[in-house]
Amino acid sequence: MVERANRPILIVGHKAAETGLGELIDYLIQFAKTSNVSVVATAHVVKEFIERGFHPAAWMPAMDIANRLRDPKWKGFDGKGQYDLALFIGLPYYMTWLILSGLKHFSSNLKTISLDRFYQPHASWSFPNISVEEWRKNLDTIENKLKK
Amino acid sequence: MPRLPKRDVHVKIDELKSELGTIKGLELSIGRLIERAIEEELGPTPFPSTTDLREWDFKLLKKYPPFYLPFCDLCCLCTFGKCDLSQGKRGACGLDMAAQQSRIVLLACCIGAATHTAHARHLVEHLIEEFGRDCPIDVGGLNVEVEAPVTRIVCGIKPKTLGDLEDALDYCETEVTHLLSATHTGQEGSNIDFESKVFHAGMVDQVGMEVADMAQISAYNFPKADPDAPLVDIGWGVVDAAKPVIMVIGHNVPPAVEIVDYLQENGLHDMVEVTGLCCTAIDATRYDPKAKIVGPISWQLRYIRSGIPDVVVVDEQCIRADSLNEAQKIKAPLIASSPKNCLGLPNRTRDPVDAIVADLISGRTLGVLILDPEKVGEVAAKTAILVAPKRKKFKAIPSVKNVIEGAKKCKKCYECRRACPNDLTIVEAVADAAKGNLNKLADLYDECVGCARCESACPQKLPLHSFIVKAAEKKMKDETYKIRAGRGAIQDIEIREVGGPIVLGEIPGVVAFVGCANYPKGGEEVAEMTMEFAKRRYIVLTSGCAAMSAAMYKNEEGKSPYEIYPGVFDAGGIVNVGSCVSNPHIAGAAIKIASIFARRKLFGNYEEIADYIHNRVGAVGVAWGAMSQKAASIASGFWRLGVPVIVGPHGSKYRRMLLGRKDRKEDWYVYDARTGDRVYTGPTPEHLFYAAETKEEAMVMIAKLSMRPNDTTRGRAIKLTHYIDLSRRLYGTMPDDIHLFVRTLADIPITMKDEITKILKKKRWKEGRIPDPTLLPRLIRKMEA
Repeated sequence: MVERANRPILIVGHKAAETGLGELIDYLIQFAKTSNVSVVATAHVVKEFIERGFHPAAWMPAMDIANRLRDPKWKGFDGKGQYDLALFIGLPYYMTWLILSGLKHFSSNLKTISLDRFYQPHASWSFPNISVEEWRKNLDTIENKLKK
Repeated sequence: MPRLPKRDVHVKIDELKSELGTIKGLELSIGRLIERAIEEELGPTPFPSTTDLREWDFKLLKKYPPFYLPFCDLCCLCTFGKCDLSQGKRGACGLDMAAQQSRIVLLACCIGAATHTAHARHLVEHLIEEFGRDCPIDVGGLNVEVEAPVTRIVCGIKPKTLGDLEDALDYCETEVTHLLSATHTGQEGSNIDFESKVFHAGMVDQVGMEVADMAQISAYNFPKADPDAPLVDIGWGVVDAAKPVIMVIGHNVPPAVEIVDYLQENGLHDMVEVTGLCCTAIDATRYDPKAKIVGPISWQLRYIRSGIPDVVVVDEQCIRADSLNEAQKIKAPLIASSPKNCLGLPNRTRDPVDAIVADLISGRTLGVLILDPEKVGEVAAKTAILVAPKRKKFKAIPSVKNVIEGAKKCKKCYECRRACPNDLTIVEAVADAAKGNLNKLADLYDECVGCARCESACPQKLPLHSFIVKAAEKKMKDETYKIRAGRGAIQDIEIREVGGPIVLGEIPGVVAFVGCANYPKGGEEVAEMTMEFAKRRYIVLTSGCAAMSAAMYKNEEGKSPYEIYPGVFDAGGIVNVGSCVSNPHIAGAAIKIASIFARRKLFGNYEEIADYIHNRVGAVGVAWGAMSQKAASIASGFWRLGVPVIVGPHGSKYRRMLLGRKDRKEDWYVYDARTGDRVYTGPTPEHLFYAAETKEEAMVMIAKLSMRPNDTTRGRAIKLTHYIDLSRRLYGTMPDDIHLFVRTLADIPITMKDEITKILKKKRWKEGRIPDPTLLPRLIRKMEA
């Protein structure tokens, strides 16, 4: 789905800096560079990116980016048009649930992926409930595939 | 004179022939006339119907369109269903998903408004019975002339006695019934009209709450707009467990008042501890500063299971449905005192006190329903004294040994963590406990909301919440803080002094921390935010559970926030207005600014006052632990006044946000009331309702949402300084939207002039102007001329 997407966007919540995977932010920076995906940092996690010398396309509340993603007329952060794939990671589970549901109902052209390690039924694609170790392996697999 | 929508006389004559002539098709309605001192001209909408303020609502909803977040794809409210509303499908009744979600929001707000209004009705009826219909309304003596600002702008009346309050309640009950009926299948079909009705429910809710608090302040002589209301004890550790202890939970204070009265009248006041949770506790300390608050609503289970309470008295709202089961675990008799919460108990209201007490002490009955507050007072006091020596503080908290043994039974299925609203690492903590280390369990205490869903989910039936409580025992005993008793209204003189600086922006904002205790990371975040903004010389207000959480923090000198900051409504004050029903004093302060400072007329003049507040008063509500339907209706009361509300992340479960779009310039124009020109103001305030993910995000947003179109350049510079400073500290960067909030170069904080000027140049910023802002064309003075 990531490879097929023309306009992917990665939304990173504050829990990405609190997860059992110590260097998840570093991984996400690498992921963004490899897949050429725009990054939006929500809450205060922008600080983590900036400290690593990476400037996201934007930082804004999760509700704000979700609200823009449901607007077909929105031109994106670069003015080139609405995104067609949104990947979510690091938001509180229930917020992701509700946002994915909102987007499923009110943003019919958008595909969504949850990269968190708990199943999200409203995403177009989600991991099942998996352990931290399995999660790490799966994220590595995704990144390796994108590198090719 | 204002007319109540409730008509007392209705005459319809199809045809009448008499000697004088013939009358055909005559219909005559005579409303109830309410005497009103002519203080000022009555505005256009006294006792507004569900549609009278619809146009105002639509203006707000155009700026802040709803964004819906459905929990599921279905509607199952009628037998046509369940109906799948996904992918643009409509249900059997024709409703689509947007309308269904707004309908759910309306249902929540109707529940909230009905709850406050019913509470107010119950309270007013009781107080009239006790003190008489002519008992005067007095919420602040000579210091408060505008005694009922919300009731004035909504109903257009000035209640002078307890009896007068019934007129406002009649109105509230009528409106809630109309609103609830709109949610029936086959009624309202538009999501935007549902949203307008949500606003109406919130406005009605504010009236109901204001009535309740005015009544209890007046009759019970609570602190009357007193900035120096006494500091009272709060926290687990303040309870003297050596004495018989009565625990009151809920929101309706008369039973607690009667307990205090009985103890005082019988010389027992120092022999028995009166303790409580939630708003009944707050209001009990407004009546008797010796009463003690244990903590917010989330302390219920841990306090009962500790075995400290000898008698549990419940009244109404926010009480755990299993309170009777929990009380039984510690062998404490329970007294239910509200018709809204009877718990299946025998009604002993008409029985002699001593017979009830004997049954409770012997254990023949585990609890009773008593619908007479005076009798509750006597039964509770006598029972506590007699049962305490028998119970010997029997508790339902396991020993350390039992925690360790129990922890060894954990199968690491993670059901507890999945059930936990805050995703706490319970499994890991229990694993450590099995090895004898309870530290991780103790750490969970700070973020636990006390719901015990972990226990319900555990297939091993481990009492996990009790494990956490046991592990944190020492921490809990150290909970000894001070909270300023709820002061009620804001004095007119205080408004006179700060009205100008608030409207001009020189006091950077008024931030109200309200609502329940469903916090994402514990109540300490509320205390942190409260102190941060008091330190920055915002005016900080608190109420309900948030007021309690704000107190539960100590600085290095051992002082709580209410001891550090004054209780005055001024820059740098932390003002506890009181319980849930005291929230209208917060809205009332904003309304009084319009009246006292700007001399706007209040009576029946809702739209103009809301327009004034929305464009000029930099107020922001924060319900960090918003949980209940009441919290939803309280928020919606602020929305209709144009005041933005931030909720914590759990607030996303209200399923609808009202979000502005700062990137859509066309959304941010107002009329200049001087000229009629349409003027771009920038996104001020950017949102009307939104769930923040973290406290850091909330703090940055509070500073941003405090900006208003009317800010003077000096005021805007002050507000920008706070916004930028918080953003730099918490986000590690300058805000990326600073250019949207600079209207003229004089808005730029002087110390940041070079840096911001560069940003403006890069963004191709153009200088604007500061209007006399309004969204209402009828207020344009040039047109009038």
